[in-house]
Amino acid sequence: MQAQPTFNKEVSIVLGGEAGQGIQTIETILTRTLKASGLNVFATKEFMSRIRGGSNSTSIRMADRPVRAYAERADLCVLLDYDAHAWLQPRITADTLVIGDPVVFEDLPGLLPLPLAELAQQVGGKIYANSVACGFVAALLGLEQETLENTLQQLFGNNRERLEKNLHAAKLGHERGESAARQKQLSCHSKAVTEVAGQLYLNGSQAVGLGAIAGGCNFIGSYPMSPSTGVLQFLAASAERFGIVVEQAEDEISAINMGLGSWYAGGRAMVSTSGGGFALMGEGLSLAGGMESPMVVHLAQRPGPATGLPTRTEQGDLDLALYAGHGEFPRAILAPGTLEDAFDCARQAFALADASQSPVIILTDQYLLDSSYNVPQLPIPAAPPEHRIIETAADYRRYALTENGLSPRGIPGFGQGLVCLDSDEHDEAGFITERSKVRVAMVDKRLKKLALLRGELAVPHQLFGPTKFQRLLVGWGSTRPAIEEALAQVADPKTAFLYCPQVYPLTDAVQKLLLAAQRLIVIENNATAQFARLIQRETGRRADADWLQYDGMPFSVENLETRLRQEVTL
Amino acid sequence: MNANPFIREGCDIAWCPGCGNYAILKLMSETLAALKLDPQQTVLVSGIGQAAKIPQYLQSHFFNGLHGRALPAATAIKASNPGLTVIAESGDGDMYGEGGNHFIHCIRRNPNLTNIVHNNMVYGLTKGQASPTSQRGFETPLQPAGVILEPFNPLAVAISLDASFVARAFIGHKEQTLDILQQAIRHRGYALVDLLQPCVTFNKLNTYQWFEAHTHYLDSDHDPGDRTQAFARAIEEDPLRLGIFYRKEKPVFEEQLEGYKTDKRPLYQRQVDMSELGKLIGEFT
Repeated sequence: MQAQPTFNKEVSIVLGGEAGQGIQTIETILTRTLKASGLNVFATKEFMSRIRGGSNSTSIRMADRPVRAYAERADLCVLLDYDAHAWLQPRITADTLVIGDPVVFEDLPGLLPLPLAELAQQVGGKIYANSVACGFVAALLGLEQETLENTLQQLFGNNRERLEKNLHAAKLGHERGESAARQKQLSCHSKAVTEVAGQLYLNGSQAVGLGAIAGGCNFIGSYPMSPSTGVLQFLAASAERFGIVVEQAEDEISAINMGLGSWYAGGRAMVSTSGGGFALMGEGLSLAGGMESPMVVHLAQRPGPATGLPTRTEQGDLDLALYAGHGEFPRAILAPGTLEDAFDCARQAFALADASQSPVIILTDQYLLDSSYNVPQLPIPAAPPEHRIIETAADYRRYALTENGLSPRGIPGFGQGLVCLDSDEHDEAGFITERSKVRVAMVDKRLKKLALLRGELAVPHQLFGPTKFQRLLVGWGSTRPAIEEALAQVADPKTAFLYCPQVYPLTDAVQKLLLAAQRLIVIENNATAQFARLIQRETGRRADADWLQYDGMPFSVENLETRLRQEVTL
Repeated sequence: MNANPFIREGCDIAWCPGCGNYAILKLMSETLAALKLDPQQTVLVSGIGQAAKIPQYLQSHFFNGLHGRALPAATAIKASNPGLTVIAESGDGDMYGEGGNHFIHCIRRNPNLTNIVHNNMVYGLTKGQASPTSQRGFETPLQPAGVILEPFNPLAVAISLDASFVARAFIGHKEQTLDILQQAIRHRGYALVDLLQPCVTFNKLNTYQWFEAHTHYLDSDHDPGDRTQAFARAIEEDPLRLGIFYRKEKPVFEEQLEGYKTDKRPLYQRQVDMSELGKLIGEFT
């Protein structure tokens, strides 16, 4: 086993074990320690839909440059149970340093033995195996024991006995790690970057939640569903601090109707759900369209159809987001690809929904929500969001016809007017009508608002690589960092990457870029190239190739890099 | 009576001549006026159906949303601006059928709102099919051999969930119904009024005469604080008892929310504290 060459500038660590075994704790301790040591760190997890048992894994990348995407490579592979070996086998190569308890893996060739159970028992029980493993890995990576101890202090500082035992366990692991590193002649060349230690470290759910608060979210009624629940729980934890009304709804139908009730009464509401729950919200989404209510929906994708793979990732619900809800009405769909984008799209979703009096869907996925990395800062605006509501006059009409289709939005209890909303087709005052002329005027009024969503309020695209490209890679949502990294590795002078955080409606600028491509390649984490078809519908341009993946896992950097190398040598 | 601020003049009413809803419309405007409520602070929330059109004919704010979904919207309206008087009013199919799950959980939440259900034991807008409260054997175009399901008993369900106010009224008795409606709206917490009414077009079984013959007020010694007694009266099928079955003071949903713990203002008056958000973000270092 020759591990040395892979320890340049970047190390990829994979932890495998069963649910409930403590992988999450190891991830927390290691990522905090790595970041505190001044290393850029990225972590993501894949897990089975069960509370105990099965095989789960966490992948951690550390580097002296920012890392933000999933890589298949495993330099270090820590196996916490027997089954983890078979589960992670496809990622283990001759260069991988495989670490495991020799009692569990007595016959595994090349194993770097770590007597986890024995050392944990010495400290006081198997619960301490996590800190033993952390100490061991930290030593292999050349991290200071003091930095690791500081992390343990932060995590267990409120319980003296637990802290002492974890420190002891980490020390035992660290000692073993140091001697293993000497034996294997390992040395880690990743350089610490001082500013990293002071940066933020968070995951996608937290970024969406923070962005929602920045957007003025003060109401969320939702029903728990993986992978959307993290956002709901994040806002619940912030309820008192930011004055947010949080309610666990009895079902998703209730959730979205609560959201619409709240906007009507002056709140700024969001729902957080996944595909199955969003399907139940279809009628409510249409109600938002018909009543011209702002609404923000966080749709966290997971693979379907039906219950599908509840804990895994996919970009399979773009069509659902685009077509959900009967009848014709405008909407916007935002799909963030990084933590900064997740914050900004969530914030912007409220601004867009409020300004256009239309539903806005934030389309994320399990991979984005469950991935963490360090970021320098989140794009916090200086001023709080504007409430676009008016104090009504006595003759107020909610649906007064205007040039751009927007009627000033009043709320009950603020002003002298009555605010009358009806899901039936209605006249300017909100009363039921079946007159053709009024019907046509109201349809036209509603549809006009799409121009606002396409215009100055749109979330801008980003182009990576040469502006005079021939080949254009197109991605949306969580695939962004992997495509960016693969493109940077290949650095083909004729290939650029167009990232679209606003997938619908497409802006004029995006359409222009798409039409300028000689060869158009759309990359999506789904089986039917949903965005490619949306592009074709909107621009008439059919993609020349679709790079798709739909096994429940995100694209790895290596996968995209290999495909791109093949592509550029065609 | 033109001084009643809740009467909306010049409405093109979509109900059949002789419909019980006209009586309810009158009862509602009189109740709201008698309570001296302000139309500017009153919101009627309804679903879809003939009963659900009532907000269109009253001078107040209204949110006439989806079939079955009035209660979630009403709960959120109250929770977003607790100063508003919120009344969720719709028919038996809307509240007990399509919205049955919301009915159950709204009672569990106990928001301070009034839930008025026009119960005529038949579907009107879709023309004569069975409703959740239709009686066994009731023949309809969709149930030509008669209804074979047990009728839904909203009062028994509400009392079993310990609803904070449970009443039944019959629109044929104006004075008693006005009193029940007023008490329900004044009640602090969720209040259910199951309001019996005939449907002159589609229900030839449960007519005015039928309701007169098959309803009877709760005895004068009925104790609305006694849940067991209330339940016993609620499961009586003939006669159907009228009056206030059950009443209990309970913590109100919106008053217990974390979102109102330190900030009592309605949501529309709030601004995000950006420096506090900066601090929260800083906690992720």
